[in-house]
Amino acid sequence: MSIDWAALGQVFGVSVGVTVGLVGLFTLGIVWLSRTEETPDQVAVSGGSAALARTGAYTCFALCAAAVAYGIWIIVN
Amino acid sequence: MEHITLLIGIVIITALVFDFTNGFHDTANAMATTISTGALKPKVAVAMSAVLNLVGAFLSVEVAKTISGGIIDEGSGIRPEVIFAGLVGAIVWNLLTWLAGLPSSSSHALFGGLIGATLVAVGPSGVHGDAVVMKVLIPAVCAPIVAGLAAAAATRLTYRLGRKADEKATAKGYRAGQIASAGLVSLAHGTNDAQKTMGVITLALITGGAVSPHSDPPLWVIVSAGTAIALGTYIGGWRIIRTMGRGITDIAPPQGFSAQTGAAAVILSSSHIGFALSTTQVCSGSILGSGVGRKGASVRWSTAGRMLAAWGLTLPAAGTVAAGAALLADQGSVGVCAVAVLAAAACAGIWYASRRKPVHASNVNELPDLIVQPVDVAPNPAPAKVNVPTAEPSRATAPTV
Repeated sequence: MSIDWAALGQVFGVSVGVTVGLVGLFTLGIVWLSRTEETPDQVAVSGGSAALARTGAYTCFALCAAAVAYGIWIIVN
Repeated sequence: MEHITLLIGIVIITALVFDFTNGFHDTANAMATTISTGALKPKVAVAMSAVLNLVGAFLSVEVAKTISGGIIDEGSGIRPEVIFAGLVGAIVWNLLTWLAGLPSSSSHALFGGLIGATLVAVGPSGVHGDAVVMKVLIPAVCAPIVAGLAAAAATRLTYRLGRKADEKATAKGYRAGQIASAGLVSLAHGTNDAQKTMGVITLALITGGAVSPHSDPPLWVIVSAGTAIALGTYIGGWRIIRTMGRGITDIAPPQGFSAQTGAAAVILSSSHIGFALSTTQVCSGSILGSGVGRKGASVRWSTAGRMLAAWGLTLPAAGTVAAGAALLADQGSVGVCAVAVLAAAACAGIWYASRRKPVHASNVNELPDLIVQPVDVAPNPAPAKVNVPTAEPSRATAPTV
């Protein structure tokens, strides 16, 4: 019996990498977006830095959405 | 519809019952953290998961030609009786673990049942030992470790990145992320697990001569298998949802999001690379990991230990029940009927036992009573309410599975 260590290692690497990458990306998006919101404990950024924060956030979310789309593509195929 | 004998009919019904138990056993995988963090209301969560399971069942026609993934030598004289006995073993074990609120793998229960029945009916030559190690044992050990490490690292990272952000402002984002990743897990589950049942039914039809060998499942098989798993998912295995959502660790939205994303990533990447890991074990592992990854979170290792024991027992226990069922079912029609009656009685008994402490949508987020509360937490007055069999009219309509 031969255990497919290569496949196992690949699963390990890809899984951890993808998870940490996606969660990191999404968290960045959430954090940037939250800076543009006014809350009791926080003053919202405004002007150019708000636009920058919002653009960064939406870029992160778009990348995450692309990852989800790729996931669905894997399921279908 | 083709000519179908009574025995084949019984096998098909049993397969659909298994599919149903598979659905409600595994709702927790996708939805436990979503429900316990309040990202979705319990009923909405199970409805969403049910719809995605149904969609998943239709998404792919890549049905495993070998239902058992090569674990059983399907050419070695597998008769409908053997499949029937295997299914009975899997159903009984699924219901017992549900009664105990333990997330165990439905696929392992099915494999165990088929292995046990084959050992009795055909002998050791009918089982591929190598495949058992490669497809069941190694993935069972690896799944929770891989998923746990991924979720722990992701939890650590998300708390670190978000430490300066306002909690209220980020809550909405975490909620959306949880829903998306839970949806992905549900979809993947529908494609994988509904197809296992389709494969079982198709194999039964082939062995009965109703369908020619190597044919794809007929449309009515796809529809009924998809419906059975969706129905089971919607009924919701509240007991297991409670264990996974509340029993392992206290889950905050960032943890739920990390755990769920980790689970989706592990399930999809492993099946893509060709080393498929069990959904249940991946999800339990990732929830555990999200507890380890957050500083100050308490992980209830006793619950984790009980889950481990259930995983270890799944294969032999389902196999033993199935082996007994196979012995009886081999005695001809009377034997098959006896197995059917005994199985129905066992299911009824387990359901009756579950009524003594029902868990349903409205109490799913309470702590399981068997868990000892940490001293610094105020005692939870809720269990008293749970245990009293009240005659509220609302209880009659609440699903209790």
